[in-house]
Amino acid sequence: MSRHTLSVLVEDKPGVLTRVASLFARRAFNINSLAVGPTEIPGISRMTVVVDADGDLIEQVTKQLNKLINVIKIVELTSESSVQRDHILVKVRADAATRLQVTQAADLFRASVVDVSTDSLVIEATGHPEKLTALLSVLEPFGIREIVQSGTLAVGRGSRSMSDRALRSA
Amino acid sequence: MSKGSPISPSLMAAKSAGAGKAPEKAERAADAALDTAATVSPVLGPNNVVPPTEMTGSQAIVRSLEELGVEDIFGLPGGAILPTYDPLMASSMNHILVRHEQGAGHAAQGYAMVTGKVGVCIATSGPGATNLVTAIMDAHMDSVPMVAITGQVSSAVIGTDAFQEADIVGITMPITKHSFLVTDPNDIPHVMAEAFHLASTGRPGPVLVDIAKDAQVGKMTFSWPPRIDLPGYRPVVRGHNKQVREAAKLIASAAKPVLYVGGGVVKAHASAELRELAELTGAPVVTTLMARGVFPDSHQQHVGMPGMHGSVSAVTALQQSDLLITLGARFDDRVTGVLSTFAPNAKVIHADIDPAEISKNRTADVPIVGSVKEIIPELTEAVRTQFAQSGTPDLDNWWAFLNNLRNTYPLGWTEPEDGLSAPQRVLQRIGELTGPEGIYVAGVGQHQMWAAQFIKYERPHAWLNSGGAGTMGYAVPAAMGAKVGDPDRVVWAIDGDGCFQMTNQELATCAINNIPIKVAIINNSSLGMVRQWQTLFYEGRYSNTDLNTGHDTVRIPDFVKLADAYGCAALRCERDEDIDDTIKKALEINDRPVVIDFVVSPNSMVWPMVPAGVSNDQIQVARNMTPEWEEED
Repeated sequence: MSRHTLSVLVEDKPGVLTRVASLFARRAFNINSLAVGPTEIPGISRMTVVVDADGDLIEQVTKQLNKLINVIKIVELTSESSVQRDHILVKVRADAATRLQVTQAADLFRASVVDVSTDSLVIEATGHPEKLTALLSVLEPFGIREIVQSGTLAVGRGSRSMSDRALRSA
Repeated sequence: MSKGSPISPSLMAAKSAGAGKAPEKAERAADAALDTAATVSPVLGPNNVVPPTEMTGSQAIVRSLEELGVEDIFGLPGGAILPTYDPLMASSMNHILVRHEQGAGHAAQGYAMVTGKVGVCIATSGPGATNLVTAIMDAHMDSVPMVAITGQVSSAVIGTDAFQEADIVGITMPITKHSFLVTDPNDIPHVMAEAFHLASTGRPGPVLVDIAKDAQVGKMTFSWPPRIDLPGYRPVVRGHNKQVREAAKLIASAAKPVLYVGGGVVKAHASAELRELAELTGAPVVTTLMARGVFPDSHQQHVGMPGMHGSVSAVTALQQSDLLITLGARFDDRVTGVLSTFAPNAKVIHADIDPAEISKNRTADVPIVGSVKEIIPELTEAVRTQFAQSGTPDLDNWWAFLNNLRNTYPLGWTEPEDGLSAPQRVLQRIGELTGPEGIYVAGVGQHQMWAAQFIKYERPHAWLNSGGAGTMGYAVPAAMGAKVGDPDRVVWAIDGDGCFQMTNQELATCAINNIPIKVAIINNSSLGMVRQWQTLFYEGRYSNTDLNTGHDTVRIPDFVKLADAYGCAALRCERDEDIDDTIKKALEINDRPVVIDFVVSPNSMVWPMVPAGVSNDQIQVARNMTPEWEEED
């Protein structure tokens, strides 16, 4: 199975997230991550869905998604042709003895410390999923207390915009 | 209003996705042919212009339905839809009060199937709405254009577990083409127009409109036609030219082609177009359970129904084919058997309006997305051109093989040994005495298969059944809807004793509203298809399949008494020699519904049969009897 990243433009209507999510569930497709947010166009949201599926199945996923009335456009973004980022917040055990080591580790990953207490730090990092995995493995020995991670965000490289052609047809 | 209305979304797809309000000159020229069509409004009905008028939401619902051209509605009122039933009383539309909401749903389906129009059903919130679920799912599986309108509790209390509150939009999400929750009365006109547009275009299907009570009661400004705003909906209608030419090339070079025809051709009203293509290619035609009648059974190129209970000639034609010309069919598991062994040597042309059906189950060599109404004539032209260039293929060997199968393994039955009538004979005689102009609506089970096999269908929209969903109880209410939609035809509900007990309350609706359907209960005193599987695969252990309605039982219920209580003419037929007279008598009664209790043998089985989980090559013409295959090459 290979990993695919789908960018999905949807109408910002009630229930649209449920429609997309339940379609994956009932067609037995597996969502690896999902991120939703508004776009530059009012009333239009963009979902980034990461799916683990074989080639035939990803075609079927795309076709089924396209059948949802609120789905306007779907583009598959390959890792070469797009920028893909995850966002993570990690709460790490860090007292006076280890704090410096932890902040140095964070620096190496260009992560920043966004909260400090006597025995912990919250580190914020952005990057390709592999980079974040590496960060986590470095922080692990200090003691990870909480992880909060966003779904992957992805945008195509170059000047073309996914939304400028898709939306005028209404 | 209409001047500035959007271009038909169905035409959008034929253009690039970016077609805008003011297309570039070149683009416009290229699409000149489409321009006239593009002025057709996506709003159904005559598109009367109604200037802004103050009214309530419920009046707007009724008015929208009228403007959309709706004539008949099936429904049952309740608290949350009550405001809408008040203006409905004053409307010219014909509302038929059913006895159970499921009946309203199936009636709307039956109505849609015979008329080609959108069927409409109405129910209240909560249990009223959930009672529609089975019919909605049925319409979804069989692509029936239907709009279901449900009342919802007031928006202020949605989410509080209010009395008769159910999240019907959530419940039906996987089984509708789309659904709407309306909480603002001003949304009613455009939502109704969108619902009807979605239900009736592209691949048809059920659309749910759930309307909160306060949106029905609230004031709004009504105007017509509304603007349809569905940016994500662009069904492709026209097939891709290059693909059509590719398909024609394959047809011209095939030695064993088969036209594998599904319900999509019925939905697209493309029966005449199909016939022309079939006669040009000379290829055998199989019509699936959903397509019975779209190509005449009497036509010499028709080789039968494929599938689990298909004829040997049809099943084998697909298995041995080198080219499946698939039109509006979806490679359902009941047709393919074990998919990996289905038609192993065939290339596949697959034309369907739903891109998601293409290569879903079987990979298509030549996919053509679009309406078969458009694709088939284009394909016919392309084939004609191709034949002119490369010659007409010689199908003589193929036909010799198939004709031999047809003659060796015709559909038939063995007489029961218990002295009771053979159900197959009853079905055959109903078909013969009523003729191809009748409408036949079956439930689900053995009687459905016998009705598909032994009644001869010569025209589309004459055969209705619950194909994909397999809903027991479909027949009586769907027949009722069909009779309302096409009142001049004889409409038979072919039902089983099990199915009939699920929805027979609609006999009251039929009797009171003068909807004189004819119901043939094929009474084998059991859940026959399940019993057949128990006979074949569970060593005859008849777990919970005996219904005690037939010969030598307590007869609970007594169908004759039951039908009589419902104000229907009630007949019983227990002997072969009475079959014809009983049917003739039923055909003469047209002032009320007729119910016939045909008492038949519980031991009759549906043959041929491809047991579940095996290849279609293992088709059995009778128990443990597989045809002798003559290898023709």
